[in-house]
Amino acid sequence: MKEETPFTRFRKEFAESPLAVLGLVVVLIIAALALLAPLITPQNPYDLAQLDIMDGRLAPGAKSADGLTFWLGTDDQGRDMLSGIIYGLRISLGVGIGSAVVAGIIGSSLGLAAAYFGGRLETAIMRLVDLQLSFPAILVALMILAVLGKGVLNVMLAITLVEWARYARTARGAALVERRREYIEAAECLALPRWRLLFRHLLPNCMPPLIVIGTIQIARAITLEATLSFLGLGVPITEPSLGLLIANGYQYMLSGKYWISFYPGIALLTTIVAINLVGDQLRDVLNPRLKR
Amino acid sequence: MTHTLQVEGLSTHFDTRAGLVKAVDNVSFHIDRGEVLGLVGESGSGKSVTGFSLLGLVDSPGRIAAGRILFQGGNLVGLPEPELRALRGNRIAMIFQDPMMTLNPVLRIDTQMMETVHAHANVSAAEARTRARDALGQVGIPSPDERLHAYPHQFSGGMRQRVAIAIALLHRPDLIIADEPTTALDVTIQAQILAEVQKLARDNGTALMWITHDLSVVAGLADRIAVMYAGRIVETGSVTAVLDRPMHPYTAGLIGSVPSRNRRGTRLRQIPGMTPSLIDLPEGCAFRTRCPRADAACARDPQDSHPTADRTLRCFHPHLDFEA
Amino acid sequence: MTSWLLRRLIQALFVVLAMTVIVFLGVNVIGNPVDILISPQADQAERARAIIALGLDRPIWEQYGTFLWSAMQGDLGKSFVFNEPALRLIASRMPATLELAVTAVLLSIVLGIPLGLYAGLRPQSLGGRLIMAGSIFGFSLPTFWVGLMLIMVFAVQLGWLPSTGRGQTETLFGVPWSFLTRDGLAHMVMPATNLALGNIALVLRLTRAGVRETLPMDYIKFARAKGLGPARVLFVHVMKNILIPIVTVIGLEFGSIIAFAVVTESVFAWPGMGKLIIDSINVLDRPVIVAYLMMIVFLFIFINLIVDLLYTVLDPRVRLDSRE
Repeated sequence: MKEETPFTRFRKEFAESPLAVLGLVVVLIIAALALLAPLITPQNPYDLAQLDIMDGRLAPGAKSADGLTFWLGTDDQGRDMLSGIIYGLRISLGVGIGSAVVAGIIGSSLGLAAAYFGGRLETAIMRLVDLQLSFPAILVALMILAVLGKGVLNVMLAITLVEWARYARTARGAALVERRREYIEAAECLALPRWRLLFRHLLPNCMPPLIVIGTIQIARAITLEATLSFLGLGVPITEPSLGLLIANGYQYMLSGKYWISFYPGIALLTTIVAINLVGDQLRDVLNPRLKR
Repeated sequence: MTHTLQVEGLSTHFDTRAGLVKAVDNVSFHIDRGEVLGLVGESGSGKSVTGFSLLGLVDSPGRIAAGRILFQGGNLVGLPEPELRALRGNRIAMIFQDPMMTLNPVLRIDTQMMETVHAHANVSAAEARTRARDALGQVGIPSPDERLHAYPHQFSGGMRQRVAIAIALLHRPDLIIADEPTTALDVTIQAQILAEVQKLARDNGTALMWITHDLSVVAGLADRIAVMYAGRIVETGSVTAVLDRPMHPYTAGLIGSVPSRNRRGTRLRQIPGMTPSLIDLPEGCAFRTRCPRADAACARDPQDSHPTADRTLRCFHPHLDFEA
Repeated sequence: MTSWLLRRLIQALFVVLAMTVIVFLGVNVIGNPVDILISPQADQAERARAIIALGLDRPIWEQYGTFLWSAMQGDLGKSFVFNEPALRLIASRMPATLELAVTAVLLSIVLGIPLGLYAGLRPQSLGGRLIMAGSIFGFSLPTFWVGLMLIMVFAVQLGWLPSTGRGQTETLFGVPWSFLTRDGLAHMVMPATNLALGNIALVLRLTRAGVRETLPMDYIKFARAKGLGPARVLFVHVMKNILIPIVTVIGLEFGSIIAFAVVTESVFAWPGMGKLIIDSINVLDRPVIVAYLMMIVFLFIFINLIVDLLYTVLDPRVRLDSRE
């Protein structure tokens, strides 16, 4: 019989929920779409030469003057919504994953440091975390964007500043448990350098909970970015994410041209729900308390 | 004369995912007015479930699968919930094991007592308060008027158990089921409470069913004893008869494993092995895997026998050689 | 109790001070104070004059002192757009937001608690499972998208409800309110539901978890053994216990409801503070932004204080500890 490695066991346990597997497949498809956008979209939605204002606000299924079918209709500029959505996914995923990862790195490092060094450093970091978490994410992001102004980088910065605290809290919690284990003591006895101990020994053992909240935080980051962009405080019009596409279509929705807002919304929803499904199952699989 | 309580062939089963658990299996016993019955057994032997079955308080996935519970002649099994509720706390009261857990932590003592009065008596709030105060006084709680305004966490464990007993006494019930009410208490307080409960029951003519794993409690308190093992009652009889001349090997083992002043210096005997899981009990007599007297006959189900008029016994190879 | 309150007030004062420093630094160090305090339409000479008039040439700590001093007198500058004191502007928009937020909180209580009770009492039932699955959507769906869908279905497709604005208002205590007229109420239905959605899910899950945790407790079984009816057990014995965390969370979430009103108000063109702040950020009306931030900080600290107070009223154990 083949020996069961931790990874094959993990894969088997993950596959126990068909819903989570479906979520994972959807996430992979969406990621592939976003990555390959220029290759697969019928139109480059930001090449003005390809757009014809005469095609503006066409219903789904309509054809353009030169025979291109707009499966999901067009927006007010005559842009193919399908292409727009796939390009929008790129921005949404990029901003969401990017800021979640940066926040993860900063937050986990601070959390690990707080747990390992303790003392004043820990108090200072954890006070900051408490303060941060006592205000709703949207408000903190608003404050930051109000001071810094719009732009992709500023949005990412705002999301990062909003999200780091959760990673820090999780990392500290996990590290406090791991710190007391024998292997850390052994590593300390070997007089390894501090950074090596923290990142090569402590961090890998704190990874499971961080991966779990990392997935959820990506979904939250995407939601937050979409919300900010919808409010007109996020990404600029030249790089429209799903949230901005939805905002653009909002004014036409009242006159019954639902597709300009509706389909980007469905894309956003599918992405968020799929990531959450994966995250939920990861939590069940990686949570040591539920292990048999 | 009808018994206050007569239980016939009671079986309470739990449908769990691991299989059918026969927590109480074909159990029969009775209690008379003013009598104290000690129901003795190890933890997990089904004695608490027996107590809850009497009140119709077995929660899903458990259910009463068979048998009759005759309370003052009327069968409680299958009785509609409102009628059962009218009996609970009124004619049949129960005292629980852990006094720290039985009182609701966020409700004042007077609330918890007066709601019990109002559940069964249509009286004014003032009258309910008077009854609550009198009950507290009856169980020996000093300055009951003030204590009525307190919350449970302001009482010690022993005091809380007195409050629980006071609640049980509010309607002068005909039967009190006491589920190890002194196990969680200090020995000195245990003794006080035992003495008080015994006196209260005797004065009111209440039938008392005292569930315990502690033979020494039963010895001082009970009139009769019923020994339970793995969901079945293996032996009943008067307390002196059973303790002096145990017939079932399990009862004998149980008595042998109690430390006693008279046997100082001798080694305590133990019953070998472990209490079996109720899911896969051995066929026939459940005790046979641990029993020194077991043989092939024990693989069949033993039936109740009556070696003397007031005793029941369920064993193929009992110790009957005392008189000889 | 008073010393505890005093301590909490001093703590709150420090948090407010800390936040003034953060807001002040954010505005003066990260942003350019000249842009923030002087209208972007002003020319060079005007700017130079204004810089001296506003004291922007002085050292930063002195500027902070001036900022704090005028903030304490309720002066946070004038809005460029409305040419009105920023604080008064925000105060005039606050009732619209408060009425929306309070309605949302009421909705989450009225819907969340019963749904949670049902799901907690019948976790295996189809209804219970559906409620739990639905609550996941309540958490993960973006608020603004749900708002759009509500408009699309109920305003555009079905034409049942008005999509934007406050509708007809009625003045009470010199403030216009929507909830006093039929038309205003109709306008509130969708925004309030939208705002409440996440909170309904939260309250529902908390209630369910509380019920699942409380039901197996001994004191619940004891309450039933006293002969209490299911309604009394559920609404007094279970509810009083789970209400403590629910009240705490609802209180704390009131702040984030007001924060999320920013989104809902933008979707439904509801003229509250949230809509005002978004408009102000878009036109860089910075005195209003600063005033809004200070206001929100105040509100949050106030809410936290109220929740702490409520907590001590509800939980007798906390109340006693704080008295000692």
